[in-house]
Amino acid sequence: MKRREMLANVLSPSKSVKKEDDLRPKKHGARANYFPNFLLRTHEGKAVRFYDDLIHGKHVVINMMYADCQGLCPPITANLVKVQELLKDRIGKDIFMYSITLRPEQDTPKALNEYVKMHHVKPGWTFLTGRPADIDVIRRKLGFVDLDPALDKDTKSHIGLLRIGNELTDMWIATPGISKPKNVIKRILWLETPPDYQPENGSTQKAKPASEKKK
Amino acid sequence: MAYISKRDRRREKERQNATKNRRELIAEGFSRRDLIKMGLIASTGMLIPKRGLSARARDPYARIPLDDPESPPTDPWLEEMPRMQIATPVVLTPTPDRCPVPGEAPRACHQRWDELQARYGPPITYQNIAAQTSGHIVHPQLPPQTLWTYNNQIPGPLFHSFYGQRNVVRFRNNLPAIGIDGFGKGQISTHLHNGHTASESDGFPTDFYAAPLFKDHHYPNIRAGYDQFLATGGDHRETLNTLWYHDHRVDFTAQNTYKGLAGMYILFDELDSNNENAPPPQFGLPSGEFDVPIMFQDRVFDEDNGRLFFDKFNLDGILGDKFLANGKIQPFFRVRPRKYRFRWQNAGPSRFYQFFFRDKTANQDVPFTVIANDGNLLPTPVLNQFSVRIAVAERIDVVVDFAGREGHEIVLQNRLEQEDGRKPTGDILSPGETAAIGQENIKFKVNLPFTGDNSRVPAAFRPNPPLENVDAIREWRFDRSGGNWTINGEIFDEDEVRATVIQGNAERWILQNSSGGWEHPVHIHFEEFQIISRNGNAPPPVERGRKDVARLGDENIRLFMRFRDFVGKYPMHCHNTIHEDHAMMLRWDIVAP
Repeated sequence: MKRREMLANVLSPSKSVKKEDDLRPKKHGARANYFPNFLLRTHEGKAVRFYDDLIHGKHVVINMMYADCQGLCPPITANLVKVQELLKDRIGKDIFMYSITLRPEQDTPKALNEYVKMHHVKPGWTFLTGRPADIDVIRRKLGFVDLDPALDKDTKSHIGLLRIGNELTDMWIATPGISKPKNVIKRILWLETPPDYQPENGSTQKAKPASEKKK
Repeated sequence: MAYISKRDRRREKERQNATKNRRELIAEGFSRRDLIKMGLIASTGMLIPKRGLSARARDPYARIPLDDPESPPTDPWLEEMPRMQIATPVVLTPTPDRCPVPGEAPRACHQRWDELQARYGPPITYQNIAAQTSGHIVHPQLPPQTLWTYNNQIPGPLFHSFYGQRNVVRFRNNLPAIGIDGFGKGQISTHLHNGHTASESDGFPTDFYAAPLFKDHHYPNIRAGYDQFLATGGDHRETLNTLWYHDHRVDFTAQNTYKGLAGMYILFDELDSNNENAPPPQFGLPSGEFDVPIMFQDRVFDEDNGRLFFDKFNLDGILGDKFLANGKIQPFFRVRPRKYRFRWQNAGPSRFYQFFFRDKTANQDVPFTVIANDGNLLPTPVLNQFSVRIAVAERIDVVVDFAGREGHEIVLQNRLEQEDGRKPTGDILSPGETAAIGQENIKFKVNLPFTGDNSRVPAAFRPNPPLENVDAIREWRFDRSGGNWTINGEIFDEDEVRATVIQGNAERWILQNSSGGWEHPVHIHFEEFQIISRNGNAPPPVERGRKDVARLGDENIRLFMRFRDFVGKYPMHCHNTIHEDHAMMLRWDIVAP
């Protein structure tokens, strides 16, 4: 693998190598080749890689929001606060909650931190912002897309669903954010890694990044 | 560029082609606006790939690899379409009973068990074992597949049942917790689609159970209106004939059925008696060898490893680029020059079909007769049809006559253009265009010798039950908001009863769609409906029987329904399985008066 990467670096023009390197995951998992590894900022101002730090090997609950969103967002956030309370110490330990802003231009880490305080979000649930173009790709990869271009541009089209996933088993579902907390929790727990789980051939094959796939 | 995968290279090539095509089109005098209007390019300027996969394929940045495989190429017509294997009864231990027996998943005790046992005797018993099995050849140019099957069969065993004979099917779960490639959840709840089945045997989506449990589903094979027409065991005008069964595990129905958990269930009766030689008043429809149920599925296979691929991030509807009939991609089927009854069933996940028989030898379309919609014989057969549309979960029975076409090759074409999960574009492609994009499902070769044909299509079947005054009117609006699929603005909650219907009552249900450009095949469990009107107009002749799926475009559809015989919880949902798994469903209950 290392040899191959080195070879790739040697063969590619230096400028593009740097860019590709930035995006390429350092960790290998089922979705390393699917999710981008963009640099994001947390509400605490910490720099994180989307794939390596947030997705890899984790059981995650992801939604999209923006701080001054009215309508659907406040009830969803309130719902998720209850989900966090009910799942107690599991959030941030073996289940991770992420809220990604759809309006990164406004939602700086500081603005998100204020939102976190205002909604009494507890540690273990991370709010994220980043470069608008990167956020847009992440949104699409999460499946939050409207086929109608006008609706797709409207951030309100993408706030309704929670993406729940487990990168270890590569199971992914989505469920409405306005579902009752007990129904959201049921669905989060449906994606727990079974105690006797062993990744079979398919998963390990899929787990390899593109660079390793060609023989 | 050693680290660029095959997928990246394909995307790069696609992008180059798109740019080239766009330049050519613009050179021809089309503006970008024209092209967008024509649906040829997305607002991002990318030419829309005609691959029939998800919207996410249109990544405007093309910076990162996409998870949208195009299936490997396969040659059509290499293998013969298998016939479904007819289920054989087995002795079950422990013996099924009214209430759960040891080893059975929790359920309510069977309604009317003792009463039906006293009248009809003990049930015929079957077992369907749901398991992950390997070695399934969907196409000789693809690797053997590991799928989820009932009794190791794709499609599952075909039930041949008769009115007046009770069945119990033991659905045993031997599935792993998670399917290979991370899709498929090994908990099942099996729904007999259109069965007049009590709630505890209906496969309610949240009544799922894991291995090693089983559940005994009681299919009494009685007609709706049992209490009102006690002497005849229900209202003869409510007779059902072509049903199917599939997994209905909440939030995972698309994955589990895509993986293979589906089969068909046929009910015969005194008139549709499985005997084409029988004299009138029996219908004498083509039977035995000439009564062929066909399950249609569209699928994607991973371009790198050839394995069944499921797009877990698609929220619109998954369109496959490989077309299966009875588990084989583009099979051929040898037939005799005579009449056949084909029972077509669309097992999804999301695609709409419009089928035509194209006689490629004579270069003409072959007419056929539509005899049943959603498995119910129409009051009168609809003659001389050249095409019929069929949405997910719908069934259409046709009779086609291959007489006089000895030596001909006749291809079942789907000429309906559909580019994404929303709905068909509305365009019907030409036979040539259809062939060019590979939307061809089966090739019938009329090359078996004639052995006689006493089958017939009578001038009329059974009339519809009368439309009577209704006791309640309910409106259901199928919508989309904030990326969610909703009914009357709400999402599925299994504990919330959205309608309580009094047993014995008739109701008018009005289905509306304001989701803006989406079409939803709406399915109501347990009782069938008659379509009174679509936007105030009478439905087309092929929809003038009784149905359980209504294709709901941008319109409102008025239905007549009557609720009888059993109480309990039932769902209504969109049968685009992707929409259904994302909460476009509700629970309604029948309660005793």
